[in-house]
Amino acid sequence: MEDQPLALVLFSGTDDKLNAAAVMTAGAAALGRPVHVFLQYWALDAFRADRIKDDHGLAAEAGAEGKAAVDALRAEGQAPWYETMAQAKELGGVEIQACSLSMDVLRIEEQDLDPLVDGVEGVTAFYLNAGDGQIMFI
Amino acid sequence: MTTETIHSTVDAKGLSCPMPIVKTAQHVKTVPAGSLIEVLATDPGSVKDFGAWTRSTGNAIVEQSEDGGIYRFVIKRA
Repeated sequence: MEDQPLALVLFSGTDDKLNAAAVMTAGAAALGRPVHVFLQYWALDAFRADRIKDDHGLAAEAGAEGKAAVDALRAEGQAPWYETMAQAKELGGVEIQACSLSMDVLRIEEQDLDPLVDGVEGVTAFYLNAGDGQIMFI
Repeated sequence: MTTETIHSTVDAKGLSCPMPIVKTAQHVKTVPAGSLIEVLATDPGSVKDFGAWTRSTGNAIVEQSEDGGIYRFVIKRA
């Protein structure tokens, strides 16, 4: 499936959605599909080097029950999302780019970002990279 | 039981999706073509995942079994 690239626009910054993004990325990478992740807004903020391992909370719909379920899985040793992303990158074919507009909005410099982020690009470069491939938004 | 020797084992017990596949995909890149890899997993989703993954990547499941909640796959690297 090397010819079926996936472009993932990652906007959300809560741990549940970041984890979902990491799983989708790792799954595609394991199938040999190139993955291009574009970090916007709160997802970009979560990739700050000094914040990446923080508790980013859960979407409001999780509620107390959802939080308990997520905590239980973590206690059982499920890897946090940034580790799953790192594993996905290790498989090769995964590129993570920061949205330059979101960098401006949040006043983030490239050196503030975790090394998992490969660079900064704008929406045009993102679309050129995505080509005819699937685009997913989280 | 397969009579050819297993080259190496991926212990994915206790790991949830997508880690059994990710760990196996990483490991498979390091072994010679034609090698037999044994994978152990406890995630029930891994059964369909390994079927899909091997079909997609050209690797083959040569043996598959389950015992007490532990799924065992023997995969031949393409």
